[in-house]
Amino acid sequence: MLTKRIIPCLDIKNGRTVKGVNFVDLRDAGDPVELADAYSKAGADELVFLDISATEERRKTLADLVLKVAAKINIPFTVGGGISSVEDVDVLLQNGADKVSINSSAVKNPQLINDLVGKFGSQCITVAIDAKQIDGNWIVHLVGGKVPTELNLFDWAKEVEERGAGEILFTSMDNDGTKDGFANKSLSRLSQELNIPIIASGGAGNMQHFVDTFKEGKADAALAASVFHFKEIEIKDLKHELRNNQIPVRL
Amino acid sequence: MKIVIINYGAGNIQSIKFAIERMGYQAILSDNPEEIKTADKVIFPGVGEASSAMQKLKISGLDKLVPILKQPVLGICLGMQLMCNRTEEGNTKGLGIFDVDVIRFNNNVKVPQIGWNQIDSLNSPLFTEVDENEYIYLVHSYYAPVIEDTVAQTYYGIKYSTALQKDNFYGTQFHPEKSSVIGEKILKNFLEL
Repeated sequence: MLTKRIIPCLDIKNGRTVKGVNFVDLRDAGDPVELADAYSKAGADELVFLDISATEERRKTLADLVLKVAAKINIPFTVGGGISSVEDVDVLLQNGADKVSINSSAVKNPQLINDLVGKFGSQCITVAIDAKQIDGNWIVHLVGGKVPTELNLFDWAKEVEERGAGEILFTSMDNDGTKDGFANKSLSRLSQELNIPIIASGGAGNMQHFVDTFKEGKADAALAASVFHFKEIEIKDLKHELRNNQIPVRL
Repeated sequence: MKIVIINYGAGNIQSIKFAIERMGYQAILSDNPEEIKTADKVIFPGVGEASSAMQKLKISGLDKLVPILKQPVLGICLGMQLMCNRTEEGNTKGLGIFDVDVIRFNNNVKVPQIGWNQIDSLNSPLFTEVDENEYIYLVHSYYAPVIEDTVAQTYYGIKYSTALQKDNFYGTQFHPEKSSVIGEKILKNFLEL
């Protein structure tokens, strides 16, 4: 049976992991390769690397990092952040990334989704969508939720699917950082209206939140950062809890 | 041992090379027929879209070479699908090694299937010391139905082939190079055939 995926997300700046990582047993918690390896051994199903660098050398640093990660780990990983062209994606996939995630560049140029899918296939193109509610409507935002667009979450998600994306990573800006749980109502609606996998992101605070997002939110995968980085939740414990709740997981 | 990964410009082959290196072997990436013919083991990868991958194979003449190879050949993911008669993706004629047509998953399940699923009905030296119902990583929209050459099966709305074997030809729909320690065991079994 296809299992639900647990995905730790690592924020990367200039080739190093940023913001709080509390892995006392790691020699260098700022080394993404070492952290990725630790998560892989802890039972993570997949990893996401989100590059937030803003330097000129960003592309090369990220490509080098992808190569090092691919050499070390034996589970799939996705790379996102600032990807805006077929050439960007080509380098990352050739260096060993399994999937790439695009966000702002897809909103600015939706044809990019078709171009990437045509060249690399649906299976490696994830579209990340950040959205929050304004007057009861889910509005897609850019730049980490700072800049609102004209797009409605559900319309945009449908368009993303029609253009061939293989998966959607939906982050609710209303839930992100709250530790109050995922945006299960809208996740569940996305899951019903679309026929591609949906990754839930934003709001993870405890294990019950994961149970809820798989059951009520009908998510196919759940992504989180701080609860894993600060060891508030151990992936093994989480998976046992999910299995106890009749949710299929890889253990 | 000489291990050649066929490099015909189809997707992520770096990961397979790395996985082999982690096991202590070396692998060569090549599209040179002489290199491929003289290999002890050949890996036929594939990620992406079927018709364009097949087109690339034809340009290098490898569509003629792969079916006549005598050493163990392992097709992975799209590589396995291209070893079949046809695939519905891009209505593409395959290499005809496995007598089966690859078709798209029905929309009663999410397509593509992405993630970790289980393999059962294991019946190949590829799965020596691999237990029934182990988890492997898959990402695909098309599948090969169960046939006589099926040596591993998976359930996703229906039962289908996650591994095929005929004579010296092996194929896995899953990515052994991304399937954690179980995947590495399967890859090692292939290399030690």
